[in-house]
Amino acid sequence: MAVLLPLRAAPQMDGFSLTSWLANIKWWQIGLLLLIWPVHAFAQGAVTVNDALAVLYKWAPFLVLNGFLFNVLISVLSMALGTGLGVLVGLTLISKWYALRLIGNTGTAFFRNAPWLVLLFVVLLAFPFEFTIFGMRVPFPGWIKAVIGLSLPVAANIAIVVRGAIQSVPSAQWEAAESLSFTRIQTLWQIIIPQCIKRMIPPWMNWYAILTMATPLCSILGTEEMVTLTRQAMEAEGNKPEFLMPFYGFVLVLFFLYCYPIAKLTVRLERKFAVKL
Amino acid sequence: MNVLSDYFRDLAERSPRWDFVWLYDGSATDRILSGLWVTIQLSVICVIASLVIGFAGSMLQTSRYRIARLFVSGYLQIFRNTPPLVQLLFFYFALGQFTPSYSPDGWTQIPLISNVGWAAISLSLFGAAFNVEIFRSGLEAVPNSTTEAADALGMSRWLIFSEIQFPLALRVCLPALSSNLINLVKTTSQAFAIAVPELLYQSASLWNDHPATQNPTMLLLLVVYVGLVGILSLGLRLLERRMRVPGYGG
Amino acid sequence: MWSPTQPIVAMKDVKKSYGDFDVLKGISMDIMKGEVVCIIGPSGSGKSTLIRCINALNDIQHGSITVEGQEVHDPGLDKRILRRKVGMVFQQYNLFPHKTALQNIMMAPVKVLKEPRAEVEERARALLKKVRLEGKENSYPGELSGGQQQRVAIARSLAMRPDIMLFDEVTAALDPETVKEVLVTIKELAADGMTCILVTHEMGFAKEVADKVYFTDRGLIVEEGHPSEIFTNPKDPRTKAFLSQIL
Repeated sequence: MAVLLPLRAAPQMDGFSLTSWLANIKWWQIGLLLLIWPVHAFAQGAVTVNDALAVLYKWAPFLVLNGFLFNVLISVLSMALGTGLGVLVGLTLISKWYALRLIGNTGTAFFRNAPWLVLLFVVLLAFPFEFTIFGMRVPFPGWIKAVIGLSLPVAANIAIVVRGAIQSVPSAQWEAAESLSFTRIQTLWQIIIPQCIKRMIPPWMNWYAILTMATPLCSILGTEEMVTLTRQAMEAEGNKPEFLMPFYGFVLVLFFLYCYPIAKLTVRLERKFAVKL
Repeated sequence: MNVLSDYFRDLAERSPRWDFVWLYDGSATDRILSGLWVTIQLSVICVIASLVIGFAGSMLQTSRYRIARLFVSGYLQIFRNTPPLVQLLFFYFALGQFTPSYSPDGWTQIPLISNVGWAAISLSLFGAAFNVEIFRSGLEAVPNSTTEAADALGMSRWLIFSEIQFPLALRVCLPALSSNLINLVKTTSQAFAIAVPELLYQSASLWNDHPATQNPTMLLLLVVYVGLVGILSLGLRLLERRMRVPGYGG
Repeated sequence: MWSPTQPIVAMKDVKKSYGDFDVLKGISMDIMKGEVVCIIGPSGSGKSTLIRCINALNDIQHGSITVEGQEVHDPGLDKRILRRKVGMVFQQYNLFPHKTALQNIMMAPVKVLKEPRAEVEERARALLKKVRLEGKENSYPGELSGGQQQRVAIARSLAMRPDIMLFDEVTAALDPETVKEVLVTIKELAADGMTCILVTHEMGFAKEVADKVYFTDRGLIVEEGHPSEIFTNPKDPRTKAFLSQIL
């Protein structure tokens, strides 16, 4: 006999009082708790929290001005170089000539697959430390090599962004332009690029954030940026383990403060531009 | 001694910048191979752990409890917006000093989590922070109406999730997942900074010992990494193609 | 205890609202076993909500709905048992895109009812034949036309051997020429004695197949009766206005 049987009463009580209490905890309170854990742990050492923070306070302006701003400088220069290169390579990816496309594709695949740190190593160690042009010795400092090394993977990825954006414009636009007897170059610059430049901005910003977060890699190769200076500061203060947490924490916080707004804005622009497609 | 190793031994003597030491010296070959093996192990561990953590995180993100959602979003923002290298340094140096240690022989103190362990933890958390969002967007892409149809067929919540939502979400998010996992494998080279004996570390230590091998070893590094990542991305692309369903997803 | 002489679906004064908006303002209807019932009315009149309440996809705030004598909105009821009795077909087909037609049909009986796979497969193939889709067993939904997908969806519901079938505007998303093939399938189902409840805009179909037609407007049943009465001699002015617009 087909009967619909009630199986069981749905459980109504699930520790609601506890969870509502938990849900009422404010975000900053959790953050405070998370902060307290390591602080508590290392408060048992010889150096107190206040000492460590005082030392950090002393060094902070130097670390920001000489360290972090240098990271920003490296990222801006790399991004400029990478974007320029990337647009050129991106145009080869949509070229009519097979050979050019092949070269572009191979190059981008290579630089997208190689780890950033390995590329940095290669550029820093394989290039000479100075050039001789017209009998003049031009120094080629490490940080400029770092800018070049970082710009290579950026260029490869920007090339892909450019290609994606150009291909997102309906092919009817190309045909319409062709029927108005525009040349291919004219079509590209006057019709296609203006339409897709907006769409390139969010991924471009995303790559900028990724690049910025790659700049500490230069410290491994001796460039005097944030992480290198942080290490040197800790050394100057006697290399006490109590300094590790606040100093490295400070680096994390700085990068977070710089990259988080970029990430937020990227997401916002992505949404904004996506609707208008 | 075969012809090849003789040739490269000879080449090293003639041109001091092109010493392919790992082609004729067994101990150098072993260093490179052990580095490659560590890189592969670290990559596999991090990929698997980042998938597990990423999946758990995406579940927590849809949790009823605000605190769980806040915790996950805090974790995401911190790990997505700070450099993985600094994360590694922070984990190994700053948190590492609080790791309890044990003493197997009464003399030495060995920390419970080694530098390799910290690299695995830190990189997994880094990769997972991106996987969480990827999984979530995949799950959101499954139309409500499809799960409703499964509901109307009397399927249980678990059955709907495991048979309908998850397989469809995976298809949607596989391209993004692939590129993140590839990025994670590339990022394992940064474990160099905390002296994890992976491929880059072994290579660099090799050319510190034999400066003449710097160029060939860098070439090898690039080839091996590009090859490794190429194999991974090929595998993922094959998986993508195998799972492709007519009329669904890109 | 329910017996076949009693209504298989009985709704009494069902009310439902989304916030301030009252969708259903007191609906009552009795449907007997084997009856074919069509619910018609202007869009936004709550027709879809009405039939979605029958298998508890939507909940109600007031009144009662019983299926085979069992209260549907009893909070202790395991909805899965209800849904094995009540099949449902949707406007957008909602097939599982990663499963073939055959797998779509077999999935619920195998995984939910735990019936032997071989037996289910046999039944699934027979059902595909019944909806005239032999040879499409291994096609994915993305490879089928809308009408074909909808017939697979019908077969998928039938595979659970339900006692009642709900059809929620199942032809609304189809091309005019494929509407017919789906309607033929439903007509055959009705002829086999299946209890069918349809929300539809196909007046010709309602006139031909329905045992009873309900005209709803703004959450209320305005008029009900045999299609011959409703379509040829509507009493309420709202029914008249609606029919004159649509016919």
